[in-house]
Amino acid sequence: MLQLVADGIIIGSIVALGAIGLSLTISIFRFSNFSHGELMAWGAYLALVVNGMIAAATPLEPFSFGWPLVAATLCAVAGAAALAVALDTLVFRRLRRHGSITLVIASFGASLVLRSLLQYWQGGVPKYYTENLQIAINVVPRSVQGGLRLTPDQMLVIGLMPVLVAALHAFLRYSLLGRSMRAAAANPDLARVAGIDPERVYRATWILGGGLAAIAAVFAGITVQLRPTMGHELLLPLFAAVILGGAGSGIASIWGAVLGGLVLGLAESTAVTVLGAEYRPVAAIAVLTIILLWRPNGLFGEKSA
Amino acid sequence: MMGVLGYASFFLVFVAIYAIIALGLNLQWGSTGLFNVGVAGFVATGAYTSALLTASPTADRVNGFGLPFAAGMVAACAMAGLVGLFAGVLTLRLRRDYLAITTFGVSVLIQTIAQNATALTGGPFGVQFIPRPAQTWLGTGLAWNLAYLAMSAALLALAYCGLERLRDSPWGRVLRVIREDEEAAASIGKRVYLFRLQSFAVGSMLMGLGGALYAHFVGYIAPQDFLPILTFQIWAMLIVGGSGSNAGAILGSAVVWGFWSASGVFLRNWIPPSEQAKAAPLQTAIIGALIVATLLARPRGILGDLGRKHG
Repeated sequence: MLQLVADGIIIGSIVALGAIGLSLTISIFRFSNFSHGELMAWGAYLALVVNGMIAAATPLEPFSFGWPLVAATLCAVAGAAALAVALDTLVFRRLRRHGSITLVIASFGASLVLRSLLQYWQGGVPKYYTENLQIAINVVPRSVQGGLRLTPDQMLVIGLMPVLVAALHAFLRYSLLGRSMRAAAANPDLARVAGIDPERVYRATWILGGGLAAIAAVFAGITVQLRPTMGHELLLPLFAAVILGGAGSGIASIWGAVLGGLVLGLAESTAVTVLGAEYRPVAAIAVLTIILLWRPNGLFGEKSA
Repeated sequence: MMGVLGYASFFLVFVAIYAIIALGLNLQWGSTGLFNVGVAGFVATGAYTSALLTASPTADRVNGFGLPFAAGMVAACAMAGLVGLFAGVLTLRLRRDYLAITTFGVSVLIQTIAQNATALTGGPFGVQFIPRPAQTWLGTGLAWNLAYLAMSAALLALAYCGLERLRDSPWGRVLRVIREDEEAAASIGKRVYLFRLQSFAVGSMLMGLGGALYAHFVGYIAPQDFLPILTFQIWAMLIVGGSGSNAGAILGSAVVWGFWSASGVFLRNWIPPSEQAKAAPLQTAIIGALIVATLLARPRGILGDLGRKHG
């Protein structure tokens, strides 16, 4: 029981970080970006490649990876952010005046291109950041609720997620750029009248979304594995988490996305335990169906769509 | 000569099947503005429904009812239509993107069932020995291919004429009003939700029909026949041909399927065999680039419905 919850929180942390980025882009650009999952997959593989280029170092005890992966993650953040900005410049910006559904089609096309290129570049075989095997630590003995065993890497993911979200919250709440982003999300026309440069906001949104996607993807790579299809597999949980959290409800939507991510993580770990790992996608579909039937504006969404 | 004719009939059957599916998508998107990202799921629903109902009983699966081919076709349409109703009822009153996300979910769900519910769908091995209609009279050669082509073309023509008539009917005119201005449609007392639901369900039925035609032509279906790339190809067909135009959907099917087949031949002949498995995803990337380029350069496609606003 405890283990199931902990597994859910680990998956949930990854989904949450991806969903925050997706929710930000939906708030600002008002379209569902189907290529967000591919930003994650590319981020994960960029970190893998950079990690491989840096000479091997001894692991940072107690984690399975050394400082090169930390540096590689920073490069992946920059790379995924650059990829997001490049996609916007090449495709999305030119189509913005055609309306949101054209952008959805284009993002769907872009996701297939990015996924195919990644498959071509890296092959279909799963990869890992490190060959080191980590021993899970007994956190709670078996006698209490079935016990709980976690690896240090998993604990790091669980611990870093709230730190990142709090930092993002502070950025959106207090910094000038963050406040401009919130203004543009709440009312683009009024924001423009107030002298906020929309292009600056757009760029910041892609950089934040891409960067968070890369971090989430590295977390997924550390705790699970890297596959070229990992972005595609994460996409439905991401969307379900965003809708659950109330897409486009301002700053609340980042906490909504976090809550949505955690709910999705718990649903997935339950589905894996009850139905088996191959039925994992059913969890996201079930959550999506329930939320659309019950509260289509999400748990925190107030305005009607 | 016979070889060319054989290949041409094979190629054209696929064009006809894709065109029927693209017509379904055109009804949903082109005529009503409903965005379906899960086309492959609806096609798979039709293909599996018909295959399972018509196949002869086997020991290791709960299917194989040995029903006639026509019954399989009808059931395929009905089943895909039901799945469409489900997705539509969930989302058609909400934000437009939510339909896209839900149809994506439908395709993931159908793919998961096809992959894993081995007792029903055969799992990764799929369904084999799907009956090919009338093969006892026509044999397995060119005559059968041509007969199947004639039947597919007839069904395509039927779908085309039906959709063209629907388009000019009062029902079709309401759909166009909804697409252009939902509030205007509502203000003249049209129940927007019901019209959308009907359009989405009928479009899904056509996709199911296409899936059934595919299953009975190839005689074998497996989960990997219905990956997201299929959705993508159909979208490419509609966008290249020009969404909103039924003739465009058919033309786009021929162009994109030709393009796809040619790029496959190119890859097989020009890339060393050792690299081919690696290069296969490039074929997808080429189609992706084609779709994005069409959107950028000619947003209405070759035969696009002029005078419509996007978005």
